[in-house]
Amino acid sequence: MSNSTVELTLPVMQDMELAATKTAEVIAKSMNLDGEKTDEISMALIEACINAFEHSKSKDSIFIQYIIDTDKLIIKVGDKGIGFDSEVVAIPKIEEKFNSDNKRGWGLQLMKELMDTVEFQSSEDGTTVTMTKNR
Amino acid sequence: MSDFTIKVREEGDITILETSGYLNNFGGDRVASICKQSISEGKRKLLINMENTKMVNSIGVSILIEIIEDLQGVNGKIAYYNVAPIVEKTFNIMGITNYSKIYTSEEDAIKALT
Repeated sequence: MSNSTVELTLPVMQDMELAATKTAEVIAKSMNLDGEKTDEISMALIEACINAFEHSKSKDSIFIQYIIDTDKLIIKVGDKGIGFDSEVVAIPKIEEKFNSDNKRGWGLQLMKELMDTVEFQSSEDGTTVTMTKNR
Repeated sequence: MSDFTIKVREEGDITILETSGYLNNFGGDRVASICKQSISEGKRKLLINMENTKMVNSIGVSILIEIIEDLQGVNGKIAYYNVAPIVEKTFNIMGITNYSKIYTSEEDAIKALT
């Protein structure tokens, strides 16, 4: 199977990111990806979905596209929120979180560490994050 | 509705939390609530058995940062065991394991905390 696409539309609801991970697990299995890669995909997808749910400031659904390519899985997570500049998001450090009111802000870092590539396209009309995991 | 549950037991001076389900923001808040109560009661050693928590998100895990911070203030410790590889990887990326340890068994964890 190559260049097949699976698409999901998820409402902004608590824990709905788990629907995305269950789909990812099925797709990863069809691609014969090992357990470690599957788990990394799921974790990155959780973070991408939560970001879309929370930071988009939009009550619209988010969309997810899984593209099964010859040598990799491409996952796009999109929202219709207000957008953001990924370049100005600081790399979080736990030492800076101590004595800070905000312990959060780890999503982008986790996506970048767990996936092979992560790219953002963002404007005031929305954001799409494209992540890839090589076979 | 979250399916996250926690069982709590004591082993000597160690409070052991056994989590089950997806550690999200709600789960993290519940873990924090129990840990903070334990600390307020004078407990200084917390241990979390994550055998039945295979999925986490960064919001749930970031609440552990708060717990670590509270324990630092009272010279306490928190540790974990039965941690799934992806959860351990997440802990590493977030720096959690720079301030708390993961053990492979309850026995090893209790021995280290005692």
